[in-house]
Amino acid sequence: MNALPDQTTGTSEPEPLAVARRPVPHDSAIKQVQGGAPYIDDIREPAGTLHVAPGYARSAAKGKILSVDLAAVRAFPGVVAVLTAADIPGKNECSPSIGGDPVFAEGEILFHGQVVYAVVAETRDAARKAARLGHVEVAAEPPAVDVEAAIARNAMVLPDYEFVKGDPAAAIAAAPARLSGSIRVGGQEHFYLEGQAALAVPMEDGDLLVHTSTQHPTEVQHLVAKVLAIPDAAVVAECRRMGGGFGGKESQATQWAVIAALAARVTGKPAKLRLDRDDDMIMTGKRHDMRVDWTVAYDGDGRIDGVDVAFLARCGYSADLSLGVVDRTMFHADNAYDYPAAHILSRRLKTDTVSNTAFRGFGGPQGIVFCERMIDALAITLGRDPLDVRKANFYSSAGGTTPYGMAVTDNIIHELVDELETTSDYRARRRAIGDFNATSRVLKKGLALTPLKFGISFTLAHLNQAGALVHVYSDGSIMVNHGGTEMGQGLYIKVAQVVAEEFGVGIDKVKITATTTAKVPNTSPTAASSGSDLNGMAAKVAVDKIRGRMAEVAAAHFAVPVADTRFADGRVFGGNRSIGFEELAKKCYLARVQLSDTGYYATPGITWNRELKTGNPFFYFAYGAACSEVTIDTLTGELRVDRVDILHDCGASLNPAIDIGQIEGGFVQGMGWLTTEELVFDAGGRLATHAPSTYKIPTATDVPADFRVKLYSSGGNRADTIYRSKAVGEPPLMLAVSVFSAVTDAVASLKPGVVPPLDAPATPEAIMRAVKAMKGK
Amino acid sequence: MSEPSRASIRYLSCGRIIEATNFEPTATLLDHLRLTRGLTGTKEGCGEGDCGACTVALGRLVDGRIVYRPVNACILLLGQVDGADVVTVEDLSEGGQLHPVQAAMVAHHGSQCGFCTPGIVMSLFTLYQAGEEVGRDDVLSQLSGNLCRCTGYRPIVEAGLEACGSRPDHKPADAFAARAAETAAKLAALDDGTDVFIGSRDRFFAAPASVDALASLYAAHADATIVAGATDVGLWVTKQLRDLPKIIHVGRVAGFNAVAIDDTGVTLGAGATFADSRAAVAAIDPDLDEVWRRIGSEQVRASGTVGGNIANGSPIGDSPPALIALGATVTLRQGSATRSIPLEDYFLAYGKQDRRPGEFVAAVRVPKLHSDQLFRAYKIAKRYDQDISAVMAAFRFTVDTGFIREARIAFGGMAATPKRAAGAEKALVGASLADPGSWGMALDALAKDYQPIDDMRASAAYRRDTGRALLEKALIELAGETTTATRVAGFREASDERVA
Repeated sequence: MNALPDQTTGTSEPEPLAVARRPVPHDSAIKQVQGGAPYIDDIREPAGTLHVAPGYARSAAKGKILSVDLAAVRAFPGVVAVLTAADIPGKNECSPSIGGDPVFAEGEILFHGQVVYAVVAETRDAARKAARLGHVEVAAEPPAVDVEAAIARNAMVLPDYEFVKGDPAAAIAAAPARLSGSIRVGGQEHFYLEGQAALAVPMEDGDLLVHTSTQHPTEVQHLVAKVLAIPDAAVVAECRRMGGGFGGKESQATQWAVIAALAARVTGKPAKLRLDRDDDMIMTGKRHDMRVDWTVAYDGDGRIDGVDVAFLARCGYSADLSLGVVDRTMFHADNAYDYPAAHILSRRLKTDTVSNTAFRGFGGPQGIVFCERMIDALAITLGRDPLDVRKANFYSSAGGTTPYGMAVTDNIIHELVDELETTSDYRARRRAIGDFNATSRVLKKGLALTPLKFGISFTLAHLNQAGALVHVYSDGSIMVNHGGTEMGQGLYIKVAQVVAEEFGVGIDKVKITATTTAKVPNTSPTAASSGSDLNGMAAKVAVDKIRGRMAEVAAAHFAVPVADTRFADGRVFGGNRSIGFEELAKKCYLARVQLSDTGYYATPGITWNRELKTGNPFFYFAYGAACSEVTIDTLTGELRVDRVDILHDCGASLNPAIDIGQIEGGFVQGMGWLTTEELVFDAGGRLATHAPSTYKIPTATDVPADFRVKLYSSGGNRADTIYRSKAVGEPPLMLAVSVFSAVTDAVASLKPGVVPPLDAPATPEAIMRAVKAMKGK
Repeated sequence: MSEPSRASIRYLSCGRIIEATNFEPTATLLDHLRLTRGLTGTKEGCGEGDCGACTVALGRLVDGRIVYRPVNACILLLGQVDGADVVTVEDLSEGGQLHPVQAAMVAHHGSQCGFCTPGIVMSLFTLYQAGEEVGRDDVLSQLSGNLCRCTGYRPIVEAGLEACGSRPDHKPADAFAARAAETAAKLAALDDGTDVFIGSRDRFFAAPASVDALASLYAAHADATIVAGATDVGLWVTKQLRDLPKIIHVGRVAGFNAVAIDDTGVTLGAGATFADSRAAVAAIDPDLDEVWRRIGSEQVRASGTVGGNIANGSPIGDSPPALIALGATVTLRQGSATRSIPLEDYFLAYGKQDRRPGEFVAAVRVPKLHSDQLFRAYKIAKRYDQDISAVMAAFRFTVDTGFIREARIAFGGMAATPKRAAGAEKALVGASLADPGSWGMALDALAKDYQPIDDMRASAAYRRDTGRALLEKALIELAGETTTATRVAGFREASDERVA
């Protein structure tokens, strides 16, 4: 295997372990490269499986439904049934919590692409063709498409919410200088390579087994039960793996599983719904796009005295997860900076567009884009190197208090940024870029080193819990199951590493199994980067219980105290003797000792109260920094990313190979969000970029050849996490803000002292808009 | 159609001949693999040939040697694989032993969610089979049509470099190489030179073997849909769900993909793919190499044809502006009659071409540059690889002692068709490359030559500004600036002898 040479730094290395903290390959890698890892659409279909396709009003984005004519749909050859809201025995609702997300539109159309009916047919092609034949007559109204239209209507999905630290108005008034600005931050399509898919199989007693590509099997179970008016216990939701999730299958995988389940219920046959890619992009929510209006007050050294910022978030037609998403934007409006005084306001604006949802970072990235723009603007205005302004405003190493009242006690941003500043050769490159720009007529270069501090935990406190189920069979083989789902991030292998480590066996002894509500109930979504923190701990708790009982048997066998037994190298040691793990398992069985157990874990210290705005929303912070260099073409706005250096904090990494993969992948996904990925809605509320032909995620060529990624060696998480590791799923995405800041830097070189009006994403056209503004054309 | 014709298609799969008959004219290869044959290793990610999750390799004999090319199975019609060795991700490992490409992907942690992985493995497999020296740019180009949303690509690129780039003699050393002679013999045996006709007069998939058979079949069925690579028609099937009852595939027409180079130019058979023709056009000018490199993806370039790119009349086709600027002509054939017209005259209006019922594009003639002619072409898109251009620009200037004697300028994305800039061309005559002051009238004239529109790729204003900027860029470069100082990609210096 690849030994990942030279990818950790620093001096305080964590203690080596036998299986954990090692670069074990993804558990499915060997299957994946042979096409042998099945996703929902690859599951061998039970005989008689029917296929489902959604239908919608193609002409309208908003308005009362006057009539629905499905005669042509029903008459299409191969069609077995057409489902509408009238077919739902329970509630027509598939919202994650707050409500307002009907499975099928009833009475009115709320956005272009909202599902009105679903066709069940003998083949996928018949279902899809028939689905286009319905006539939905709508008394069409002009839709509110952007935040301005929503503000004009004063339309919100949830009330405004704010944090206040100190007396921001007074602090801003009293400061020596003030600067204001506004930036638009675009949304983002998840573009998981496997689209939304579910296969529902009817079982006895009207029960349902639902294979679903979801980050949240429990929610699928609950909502299938609610829609069908059957108990939760009658539904099993199962997911072995997803072909990518990124938040897009946290709440919004549910609707498709529910419709498949309804089709199975109505027809009595297995039913599969796999969304066509264009339908998927039109019908499911995206990252929230925002307009951010801000004022910062500062002193002559660029130190911030006060910040006043308003996040105007486009939520779409319903709340979905917008409460937590936009809260997290606010939680990250400070990034790594200590604001002496701050007013942070958020508005959750209701538009007649698809309901925006979770996306890796869950609102945090928008907060950080604002924050780094503000710092860039300060530095440009003052004529100082942005890195100096950044460092002048970091939370001190001793800590500080965030605008939401949580003490920062684990700050490592100073050391981390200092190290990256040195290893990236920032200062020398800053000088070289200045020289280049002084003589280059068409091309301009930019450089930026941006920090990251990201809060780890669900800010909805009750979600910070997890369960696991571990069996040791009498042959010594081990099966592990937990509530976390695998979407490629390597959660399954990390949890298996924990189990193998604790039992002292090789990773090959541990059988990883599909996540199912039948084994571990009442689970949280695999989200908020919390998968391995929560499920790794839960699995460890289960293993500890079983191992404790096995140790007693071993102690009796060796006639040593239990404390003198040791599980390692596939054996169990006592005194100077040992037996194989398999042999001990057999002995335990014969001695009637329980070899199976559950584990349960709840994150300690999460005390956040949203109403009172008190307590700690986070268990700890993850830190990182990135330095990016770019070149722009000032004639066309084209962009090239020349070099990227990343230093990221994973605590004591559970699996350096997996974590490097998360860092690189997250960074590139964030880079796409801020450069090439542009969602375009037309005035009629229709998404114009509903396919990969028009919505451009990065390809291999977009990634710089000079891409240097290292894990920061901090000696481990100060919080008591599994093997002192840190969550890694989301934070690295925000390292890509360095690319956006570098583009800002390049454009700023055209006119010193003037802040470029660059919005995200920095497409060629957006860059040219900023360039033209600088040239005063 | 001349008799006897064959009422089935036949292809190789792991050395076995698979025969398919009685399939729908527009049945796709992906559905055939997944739904008919139960081979679910090949994935559908987008159904429009843009993500590459469905990539499979097609091996065909070229000068007696098997050449494997990657194709998007989702938009490839099943009938198109007649006579090919169809290799899917399931076929690569032998006896539990991973193929070198697969092993490298595992060793470099190149898969996360794994959904794109089979397609990536197959793209790299074809690079492995090429048996040529492989550098980083080759791997990037090879992966231009494979989207991965998880890894950030670095480990995939390294896996590709290790598996494909680290063999001292570059020769493939896998099971496919070991049985290459046997496979070649089988492929040669499949090439029976007969016309393929599957279905009835009202509903058929046909693949004539000769251009005469094509001409007579199309003359008899002027309502049929001609398919070359299906990189466009495939989407009519998978996205528009159109019923296309009569398909005439030109991929089996003998000689239709010929690329002939002579002293004054290049003649491309209408069936020549972008992959087939890249070297020949690249020899005309390095910017053409870059234009060809950036058309679609490796998969699209392996299937898509220059003739198809012209025939479908897209206002945003990448090749027509460059070809028009070069003074290319297109040859059309109807029954036994042929005619040739300047390419710009072929495009009449949006969605309307000068092509009569039963008439098809037979060939494209591309003149070489004279020694006094200078050429530049630029593509502007949101993404470098596999993106449709917002603006495509091409310039051919005939220069006499530093003064422009004649200008041919063509743009795509600026009008309803690929179109010449009559006003700017005129205004440039007499302009001095050394004197930017003499360029102004031409730059201003462009604004009158085109009235571009707003769409999801760019606004009208950006298109207008960029059209002007690209003419200025061309003039700056021809006045002597190196392209490393004027471009972020596609530098000419490495290969260009002409400017120097």
